[in-house]
Amino acid sequence: MSSIFDVMGPVMVGPSSSHTAGAVKLGRIARFIFSDTIKKAEINFHGSFASTYKGHGTDKAVIAGILGFKPDDERIKNSLEIAKEKGIEVNFSEVQLRDVHPNTVKIVLSNEEESVSMVGSSIGGSDIKVIEIDNYEVNISGKLPTLWIIHKDRPGMVGVITSVLGSYNLNIAHMQDFRKKKGTIASSIIELDHAVDEYILNHLRNIDGLSLVRYIPPVVN
Amino acid sequence: MEYSTIEELINLASENEMTVSEIVIQSEIEESEKSRDEVLKRMRETFEVMKEAVEEGKNKQEKSPSGLSGGDAHRLSNFDDFLGDNIYKKVMTYAVATSEVNASMGKIVAGPTAGSSGIVPAVLLAVGEKINADDEEIIKALFTASGLGMVVSKKATLAGAAGGCQAECGVGSAMAAGAAVELAGGKPEMVANAFALALKNLLGLVCDPVAGLVEVPCVKRNGFSASHALTAANMALAEVGSVIPADEVVEAMTQIGNLMPGSLKETAMGGLAATETGLKIAEELDE
Repeated sequence: MSSIFDVMGPVMVGPSSSHTAGAVKLGRIARFIFSDTIKKAEINFHGSFASTYKGHGTDKAVIAGILGFKPDDERIKNSLEIAKEKGIEVNFSEVQLRDVHPNTVKIVLSNEEESVSMVGSSIGGSDIKVIEIDNYEVNISGKLPTLWIIHKDRPGMVGVITSVLGSYNLNIAHMQDFRKKKGTIASSIIELDHAVDEYILNHLRNIDGLSLVRYIPPVVN
Repeated sequence: MEYSTIEELINLASENEMTVSEIVIQSEIEESEKSRDEVLKRMRETFEVMKEAVEEGKNKQEKSPSGLSGGDAHRLSNFDDFLGDNIYKKVMTYAVATSEVNASMGKIVAGPTAGSSGIVPAVLLAVGEKINADDEEIIKALFTASGLGMVVSKKATLAGAAGGCQAECGVGSAMAAGAAVELAGGKPEMVANAFALALKNLLGLVCDPVAGLVEVPCVKRNGFSASHALTAANMALAEVGSVIPADEVVEAMTQIGNLMPGSLKETAMGGLAATETGLKIAEELDE
């Protein structure tokens, strides 16, 4: 399935699909994963992102995403000022991450109560891949409505989640389960064919054994 | 209305006595399961973004964040050039305008890519003005450009990192040339010839941007590639053909891209990026 609007598009703020548009998408996903009021954003650039982020506006792009902007939002170039007005402390630094794509960023969002870290890469065009959340290995493309769920690692848990989704006629496109240690807790990434509303999210949050449910709406160009 | 090569696209148009754009529109309707109105509306919106970028770029005098580009479209637009106020001046101005908007974090249509986003709108707007085409006709020509680009994206690549600049500005110029031919009333075979002629003559073009930024040589190269498209369109309309068919030119582009060293594929490690001045600029920007 491909559209001519992938060739004559996307409509985006320049200068680079990978270093600007892709970076906006990564920041945007981090915002949805954190889902609380952001007070502080630590942005660590790796590889090509580290060496060219100023010229490509990758810094402004990531912050724009964290503010919830989409890749075609003309406020992207003013995102650093807008973040400041909103009282968000922003820090940029360069890091060397292991075995990752050259265009990779580690984003740590926090407030007084909590913090979340996310590692994601811009993998070509404006396609992205989130590879890590809070030290859990994940694989999120951001193209489909996505759920990130932390649950107890015990038999039947995944079945409970999928049957709830099924009861709302939500078809699962892809599902991946990762765990740090057998029998403790596991992290699921579920990509769906349809959007999820707040009612369904609350249903999931009330399931015994699920400690966290986050919803990442897709960025559609 | 399926096509996977330029030959198939052109044959479908000829056999059905339709334009290339019509085949591309029908194929998009089938593929996306959207209505004709929705597909046309989306291209209309795309065209509006293109027009706004050209206008903004022509009037803009500020530099990009890096300071490497900005103000040249305004300079060109106000220069009483020695060629006279002709279509070549228009295309180069419009193409540079969009590219400057892109470099300064303005809104553009990445078609086929952000780095080559100035070429297609410049050529279609300038040709449209010359022949008094209305917006609907230009929008149709944008489908022609898209269909040609679609074949390349499936068969080869549109990424400088994979194929060098021939895959970005080269293909952008070829798409623009083919679309300009249809806009000017040329036959489907002429569309393919214009595409082949434009791409053939930009084969081997490397991607060696200074400091890794989409500015030097990219911004001005959009201007050159747009005027190159006009030359190809003019030849094709005069029934000058390409000895090597369009699909084979795309194959040659892939082969050349594979043979091209990594240092010349968007890594900023060779060519202009590795010149004395290029390296000095990179060093200054890194501070």
